[in-house]
Amino acid sequence: MLITDLFQETYTALLANKARSGLTILGIVIGIGSVIAMVSVGQGASGSIQSSIQSIGSNLVMIMPGAQRGVGMQVSSGRGSAQTLTQADADAVQKEISLVKAVTPELSGRYQITAKGKNTNTSVLGTNAAYPEVRNVQIDTGSFISDQNVRSMSKVAVIGPTARDDLFGENANPIGQIIRIKKIDFKVIGITKEKGGSGFSNQDDMIFIPLSTAQRFLAGSDYVSTISVQAIDQDSMTALQEQITSLLLSRHNISNPQLADFNIMNQADIVASASSITDTLTILLASIAGISLIVGGIGIMNMMLTTVTERTREIGLRKAIGAKKKDISRQFLAEAVMLTFLGGAFGIVLGWLISVLVSRFAGLTTTVSFSAIILAFGVSAAIGIIFGYYPARRAAGLNPIEALRYE
Amino acid sequence: MIECRNISKIYKTGNVETVALKNVSLKISQGEFVAIIGPSGSGKSTLMHILGCLDTPTNGEYFFDSQDVSKLSDDELAEIRKNKIGFVFQMFNLLPRATVLRNVMLPLIYAGVPKQDREKKAIKALKDSAFPEGFWNHLSNQLSGGMMQRVALARALVNDPKVIFADEPTGNLDSKSGEVVLETFEKLYKEQGRTIILVTHEKYIAERAKRIISFKDGEIIEDLTNHRSKTVQEIKE
Repeated sequence: MLITDLFQETYTALLANKARSGLTILGIVIGIGSVIAMVSVGQGASGSIQSSIQSIGSNLVMIMPGAQRGVGMQVSSGRGSAQTLTQADADAVQKEISLVKAVTPELSGRYQITAKGKNTNTSVLGTNAAYPEVRNVQIDTGSFISDQNVRSMSKVAVIGPTARDDLFGENANPIGQIIRIKKIDFKVIGITKEKGGSGFSNQDDMIFIPLSTAQRFLAGSDYVSTISVQAIDQDSMTALQEQITSLLLSRHNISNPQLADFNIMNQADIVASASSITDTLTILLASIAGISLIVGGIGIMNMMLTTVTERTREIGLRKAIGAKKKDISRQFLAEAVMLTFLGGAFGIVLGWLISVLVSRFAGLTTTVSFSAIILAFGVSAAIGIIFGYYPARRAAGLNPIEALRYE
Repeated sequence: MIECRNISKIYKTGNVETVALKNVSLKISQGEFVAIIGPSGSGKSTLMHILGCLDTPTNGEYFFDSQDVSKLSDDELAEIRKNKIGFVFQMFNLLPRATVLRNVMLPLIYAGVPKQDREKKAIKALKDSAFPEGFWNHLSNQLSGGMMQRVALARALVNDPKVIFADEPTGNLDSKSGEVVLETFEKLYKEQGRTIILVTHEKYIAERAKRIISFKDGEIIEDLTNHRSKTVQEIKE
């Protein structure tokens, strides 16, 4: 039996029962379509979470103070509360470690800020000129804090778009205007570009001032609350983290790493944990969709069993005129695989349509990957073979004499 | 051509054994037109199934075309049916949604005949079975019973078999279409020297053959050769 004969037999048989074939195919269409749609939504969600993590900066290692703990004291006031990091630490990291691209120390606090009768309560971040590069902040109008500003403890401020809206009204141009932080006047010299919430903190609702100014006039101490370090590339992040740890341990005269008075957070770790969450989500969605695929496969099996029973006499005749077992089983297997293949093809289109609709209306960037399509096709062919195997075997095993007599 | 030695067939249903054939021995040579006759339950259909390589005997030996086929597997039997045997059934058993030509070409698909040769062979077989040319592309379920049986006959002939088995070929036909089918068998026997084995329970149909083997209770009770062949007209008188 030639392949073209097999194809023609299959085609004729499926066309003979258009409604039944159509409904069976629909089962597979829904199964494959939902797998494709769910996987693409899952990948879209993972992509958007990763890009929001990337928006806080790239290849970032963050050093934060450890817990405040005096000698022999049992009470801990919590991680991050200690005042153990200084500008000098930041300078040392910059100077002594070769894997560093840029370092920016930060001192943050929340203050009530007033301007022209309006006021808001927001974060004020003391930092230096390297901040925009390290933390992926762009300037919309004006300029960012310069090294000169830091050296001279200038009372200048760069404000985020949300803080600008709160203090001056939407889309106002406040460059050159005065805001008051802790009763001290600051001159606005720039506005940052809108970034959107990153999930950790709203980077748009912020006011940046020179670090030295923040230390002197707002905090009244020389400590910094975070040191952000940018690695030269992604591969060197772990090495960088180790080098910073040993440098700071020796600077702080701590011999036991367990007692370190600082914590180091690696951006790669955050990305890894976030992507493990979205992977789990994708698997969950895909397995729910997979159940509908199995139901579709059972539909195929049901239809094929009905077909075998209906065509018992035809099978008997085919055997009588010399069809072998494998000729018969191949014919029915081909019908099942053809059904799932058609279902798979339409399912890919359906899944793609759903993911396009999700992108358009849910604002989630979804991608139908090539691998998902290949997977869907493979799965649909496998389902055809698995669920078509039993009916095909049953047809092939029929006794020709009994089959010919079947009423 | 066909030789059986002491073949028997026993069916088992639970603990009950039904003997369908008891030690049957017979020989049929090439070019014979044989009728196997007997009442229902006499074992004639069982014998036809064994002779037609659709089934194997429980005991005994069966040689088809000098080959022992009594112990062959299902697929080996299918191979013999494909190349050497043609069947005509009482119920025609055509593919209803296929055209006449496609029905006739069906055995050629399994026999691996190249596509370009199939139609030529099918047309020859249709002409041999006296099927009218204008209906070649009709769907088979649009035909009358007599026409359907001639399609079935053409299908049996298409691969040039050594033996044609016909199981009650006129059983579902009116006497007029039945007569056309029987005449076609006679013509194939006389003009082409085909070996034909016809199973029936009607005496007047059996008498169209040159040799009549009568069956009763699984045994041959009579084997008549070269009896005088009567026409339908004579029987009616």
